[in-house]
Amino acid sequence: MSDVNDTEVQETPVVVKTTLSITVDGRAHEAEPGQLLIDACEDAGSYVPRFCYHPRMEPVGMCRQCLVEVEGPRGPMMVVSCMTPVAEGQVARTETPSVKRAQEGVLELLLANHPLDCPVCDKGGECPLQDQAFSHGPGESRFVEEKRHYEKPIPISDLVFLDRERCILCDRCTRFADEVAGDPLISFTQRGNNTQVNTFPDEPFASYFSGNTVQICPVGALTAKPYRFKARPWDLEQRESTCTTCSVGCRTVIQSSRDELLRYQGSDSDAVNWGWLCDKGRFNFENVNSEDRLEQPLMHDGSNLVPVAWSQASAAVAEALKTGKAAILGGARGTNEDAFAWARLADALGIEMRDPQLSDGLPAEVFGLPSASIEEAANATTIIVIAPDLKEELPVLYLRLRDAAEKRRSRILEFTAVSTGLTKYSWKSVPTEPGLQASVVRNTLGEAAVREQLGKGNVVVVVGRASLAESADHTVAALSAVLAEVPGAKVLPVVRRGNVRGAIAAGLGSNSNATEILTAAAAGKLDTLVLLGADPIADFPDTDLARRAISAVRNVISLDTFLTESTARASVVLPASAYGEKEGTTTNLEGRVTSVAQKVTARGTSRADWMVAVDIASRLNVDLGFDSVESIQRAMIATSVFAPMADGGANTREGVLIDQPATALPAVSATAGTHSSYDLRLVVSRRMYDKGASTAHSPSLVGLAQRNVLRVNSADLARIGVASGTSVRATSSKASVSVTVEADDSVGRGVAHLTFNAPGINAGDLIDVNASVNDIKVETL
Amino acid sequence: MSENTTANYSLGGQVPTGPKILTSRWESADGHTYDGYVRTGGYTALRKALTTMSPAQVHDEVKASEMQGRGGAGFPAGTKWGFLPADVHPRYLVINGDESEPGTYKDRLLMEKDPHQLIEGIIIACYAFGAAQAFLYVRGEMALAQERLAQALNDAYANNLVGKRICGTDFSVDITLTWGAGAYIVGEETALIESLEGERGMPRLKPPFFPASKGLYMQPTIVNNVETLSNLPYIVNQGGTTFKDLGGATSSGMRIFAVSGHVNKPGVFEVPNGITTFRMLFEAPEYCGGVRVNRKVKAFIPGGASAMWFFDEHLDLPLDKPTVDQAGSMLGSGAIVVMDETTDMVKACWRVVRFFARESCGKCTPCREGTTWLERILHRILTGNGRREDLDLLFEVSESISPGLAWPPRQTTICPLGPSAVSPIASAVNRFRNEFEHYIEHGRAIAGVEYVPMHAGSSHGAHAHV
Amino acid sequence: MSRFNDSNVTLAKEIIGRFPRAKSAVIPLLHLAQEQDGYVTRDAMSHIAELVNVTTSEVYGTATFYEMFKFEPIGKYCVNVCTNIACQLVGGWELLEHAEEKLGIKAGSTTDDGLFTIEDVECIAACTEAPAIQVNYRYRYKVTAENLDQLIDDLRAGRLADEIPPHGTLARVRQNTTEAWANTGIEAQAKVDAG
Ligand SMILES: Cc1cc2nc3c(=O)[nH]c(=O)nc-3n(C[C@H](O)[C@H](O)[C@H](O)COP(=O)(O)O)c2cc1C
Ligand code: SF4
Ligand code: SF4
Ligand code: SF4
Ligand code: FES
Ligand code: FES
Repeated sequence: MSDVNDTEVQETPVVVKTTLSITVDGRAHEAEPGQLLIDACEDAGSYVPRFCYHPRMEPVGMCRQCLVEVEGPRGPMMVVSCMTPVAEGQVARTETPSVKRAQEGVLELLLANHPLDCPVCDKGGECPLQDQAFSHGPGESRFVEEKRHYEKPIPISDLVFLDRERCILCDRCTRFADEVAGDPLISFTQRGNNTQVNTFPDEPFASYFSGNTVQICPVGALTAKPYRFKARPWDLEQRESTCTTCSVGCRTVIQSSRDELLRYQGSDSDAVNWGWLCDKGRFNFENVNSEDRLEQPLMHDGSNLVPVAWSQASAAVAEALKTGKAAILGGARGTNEDAFAWARLADALGIEMRDPQLSDGLPAEVFGLPSASIEEAANATTIIVIAPDLKEELPVLYLRLRDAAEKRRSRILEFTAVSTGLTKYSWKSVPTEPGLQASVVRNTLGEAAVREQLGKGNVVVVVGRASLAESADHTVAALSAVLAEVPGAKVLPVVRRGNVRGAIAAGLGSNSNATEILTAAAAGKLDTLVLLGADPIADFPDTDLARRAISAVRNVISLDTFLTESTARASVVLPASAYGEKEGTTTNLEGRVTSVAQKVTARGTSRADWMVAVDIASRLNVDLGFDSVESIQRAMIATSVFAPMADGGANTREGVLIDQPATALPAVSATAGTHSSYDLRLVVSRRMYDKGASTAHSPSLVGLAQRNVLRVNSADLARIGVASGTSVRATSSKASVSVTVEADDSVGRGVAHLTFNAPGINAGDLIDVNASVNDIKVETL
Repeated sequence: MSENTTANYSLGGQVPTGPKILTSRWESADGHTYDGYVRTGGYTALRKALTTMSPAQVHDEVKASEMQGRGGAGFPAGTKWGFLPADVHPRYLVINGDESEPGTYKDRLLMEKDPHQLIEGIIIACYAFGAAQAFLYVRGEMALAQERLAQALNDAYANNLVGKRICGTDFSVDITLTWGAGAYIVGEETALIESLEGERGMPRLKPPFFPASKGLYMQPTIVNNVETLSNLPYIVNQGGTTFKDLGGATSSGMRIFAVSGHVNKPGVFEVPNGITTFRMLFEAPEYCGGVRVNRKVKAFIPGGASAMWFFDEHLDLPLDKPTVDQAGSMLGSGAIVVMDETTDMVKACWRVVRFFARESCGKCTPCREGTTWLERILHRILTGNGRREDLDLLFEVSESISPGLAWPPRQTTICPLGPSAVSPIASAVNRFRNEFEHYIEHGRAIAGVEYVPMHAGSSHGAHAHV
Repeated sequence: MSRFNDSNVTLAKEIIGRFPRAKSAVIPLLHLAQEQDGYVTRDAMSHIAELVNVTTSEVYGTATFYEMFKFEPIGKYCVNVCTNIACQLVGGWELLEHAEEKLGIKAGSTTDDGLFTIEDVECIAACTEAPAIQVNYRYRYKVTAENLDQLIDDLRAGRLADEIPPHGTLARVRQNTTEAWANTGIEAQAKVDAG
């Protein structure tokens, strides 16, 4: 019982303190509960030196450089601040004589065996060890013994070298490999003073994320092949940007020297990539520097593509667009501004058929569903994955979801025909096959244990096209089945190319999809086909249709950075400026708009796509109302979808989220007949490294693309009576090819898997894009 | 009433004696067998505990015994068990049979000569605090102990003393026998846990987690030494206070000490804890019978290589934990190494430091780099390449590992191994500085000590790798 | 270069079954590999990685931490001479030198006939019996130069074959997993691990 009345309670509101009061070097500071002292000290203005601590990994307290004094019951105690949680009333000192003595001692010991070859070290100039040796260390080394000797840099993978003499054994690379990438292929080996980082003999550190270890190595022990000896840090200039290789949109820092891109580093965005990059995104800047880049417009003179002036090429394009029926394919590899300019041009010219995707993505309606951010997905109680192998296609999203499962925040429920990178982190990985997804989803969601799990909290569906050899309807049907069962679920749509969502938001989508456009072209119903950074012959699932379409269209106009099989048949080829060469914004799979930055001069005479649109418009006397990135952005902000950019949020590291107008999923009837026991149902998906331009024109990556093999479950192989490793004939309704077959039990029974756009046989030859599913017969030669 | 009796001691003191509670079967030819054990009263304590006592009652007896752990740190076992968080299961018992601290020699004998006594103690402990499984981790190099324990476990399982429904009660628990593979640091309890998880035996940082709250597989875990657990059958049968009264006021029970080095009869002795003095152990005829050829003690290590050294002024201290702590060292693992007046202190100091340098796990900078550096300086001095500034440098490097060179040591390291390497330096260089200086001046030991030139490959610091 | 033979695969699985988590069996399995082949082969490490479901690099990192594991063939008899403090005080180094002379090799190496390896080792917990040595981890106490010569001659002549098995074999009695095995810890941990 209390005699305090309600009014009195309201007059003295209880303030619940949510921070912890600590004192750092005599200054009062409010720290976050759960924070580590090292971070709290930094927030309070006292930076504590460190080598092993990395805020995105579990602290290990190994280097002992971050020692500070904390007031204890028996006087001041020396603690490692990277493993000491803050506590109410804590009093920490980071600069007492004993702290300084301890830090100097650690530094002297670290330097005892260090080669100090800074002048020839890639890290020299940006090396925490070098810096701290200057600011905290004692002068002359008193270590007169012979230093540790190891063979100088050894390759630990195709991309990374390790110099064990420089290594200070901080455990960052090894922790990253294990904790973050889930590829524990490098470990400490030996013991004590002989401890060294290494791989298992002759088994390389084959990880899609290996480049991160180079970035987080606090010394020059790990170096990346594409950057070794290329520049000194003090020669580098840098700008923050966004990787547009895939739709994750990792934040990066792009660095150049003398107008040449030299290195990309991950930038730590809480919302997106946590500082990590995949190796493709990190190293494929090499393609921007490639000798093979298009530098000048080209036009067909009847027999060859010959260089021409921009004025001549633009005039030809304007002429082509003015007359006859045109369509636009692509636009998802450029900036929002590029897409917006082309969409307005298309509006003005009445070009209705447009699609930024190549029938390998999702219907635009999916983007209008209640959408989840990466952060929401990675914190959902249940993550349902009906998508391609994220480790291969959206690598850093894979890291985020893997982390969610490993840290036990989320349970992953995966539906897939072929095991994926996430399979081993899944609570449940349900095998399915093309055509059956919706019914498998319905059955699974009906199971008691699954219902119970779904009832535990929020659900996010990560949805994308798992196979290029099946109709998108199956994916839509599976998604509908989930939403019918879990109406509150939010959707994270997975698309591959960097700016699909931006292109659609800008208006480069339409009621006609790529298949319809190419079918019309092949049937002679199109006069002009504009390819905005698109290469349908390599990228469209049905190679035959793409080839027929390209040959049937009179005017193929291509804007690209390289000559491709599709551009080779173009009447006009315009050199496009690449990532790092232009300014603007991009939109990732969540609908997050962030900036992309120009760091180097555009190659040759190449231009940004938007400039081309503006130029053509003016030749046709169309006033688009803009003529610069800024004016395009003003026009964008005036549209409802890009309105959230108004306050400049796109220029922050975390960017700003845009929303597509709400839509409902199209009703699809997606049933595929079961296949006969002689046939295998074809699954075609992509891998990280393929024949795509960004890998093919990056010398360090090109060798990483693996030759195509047909992967089949060993039981099916036994049934057909073929031995793993032999050549077989694979026949679909479209074509018959000979290919090496490999037994692989990560492929489900009844399914055969090929990689799209891989060196070797072309999977696209086997695919009929209009078929609901594609089956193949496998025979011995 | 204490069970102590006293015997006349020719040197003037009374040599306390007590019953053999740990070593009673060591002389018997079949004490290690199931029959031999049962014939001499084995497994009666287990039956008593399981059928007549509640787990809490067993725990209470252990608390009443005030038995300090025998692994080195000397923490009371009953108190440690009390740190287990209530209601968190499964919880584990890990038995530390890694005995590798130089000078220590008792756990191996307990495992070889009386394996069933240890097994009985393990099951009693599991019962007392509700362990779901026990892991008996023996040092890798002890083939006979492994063999005897395997046989004993097989016999105990066959006789319903381990495993399912032990002695027909509801209590079930397994003992998994396993062993290390050559790494001293694995004796440190968190490194032992790492090793048990299949990892490199590198210690975990405490705090944040102590094994009792998060240990093996991040579950609550008690790590106890072999000797500690071997006492439990006696405690259950005779009662905690009876056990306690065997020892002195601040050190309960009987305790095993190994005395090695320059004594006439080196040996492993079970003595009343806390009342016997070092001098008695060294000189009494029933123990070591004096220093060899009647020489004087120059120094002795009272509790394993990690301990600070003692000298003749410490001879009359009792082997009592608080007393020895107070005097600036520790009893550690009951390992006493005696050095007579002819001992080359530089070489003795180097040899102990080399041990730590070689056994450093390499996890933290000060120990990984510092212990090796110390070893190489000392080795340089011993091979005639010392410099005047080296003695100061030894202290400077030591200071970076163990600030203040205080006792008990403060540390910049993760575990106590690093600071352990500082003990011999702080002990020997301070006391016998002239011997170090002589080496630096003349490249050899001072007159009067046994000088043996260094063995060619003896330094740990020679680095050549591919 | 060998993986586990069939009977050792069975044994390996039994050993794994005694731990709540498979990775805990890495060290016991490395011992089993060393028992099978005299040293730990690269293929055995790959096999262990498969059996306990970790990467080869993880097995390798663990294996190389521990001194008893050898990654290339060593002598049939590994003679470990303790030179630590208690043994040093009573002639450990002199004994080591004698062994080196007798066998014509330095500590850390193997005789050409592949019979003997000598190691300079840390305390082997026999300090009151110093100087102490081990042959394949079987003890000899208070060893003199003469004892050592005799021992080596006996080993060479095969006279100690019963007492001292070839390098790699430790305990010759193995723990059995019988019906009396309770499995309580393993089941309880599995529940926790399943989350
Ligand atoms: C470097 C180091 C080595 C150790 N070695 C051993 C050992 O070989 N055996 C042992 O029982 N305890 C050893 N300990 C002590 C253990 O960490 C732990 O305190 C002990 O096993 C607990 O058992 P107790 O409470 O029964 O004494 C060592 C500690 C350190 C720091
Ligand atoms: S290579 Fe670099 S990141 Fe890895 S442990 Fe050595 S210093 Fe640390
Ligand atoms: S995950 Fe995608 S956005 Fe991130 S670095 Fe890799 S390719 Fe670039
Ligand atoms: S003090 Fe030495 S043994 Fe202990 S954790 Fe550090 S390096 Fe390892
Ligand atoms: S940063 Fe804290 S110990 Fe390395
Ligand atoms: S010092 Fe040699 S056995 Fe202990």
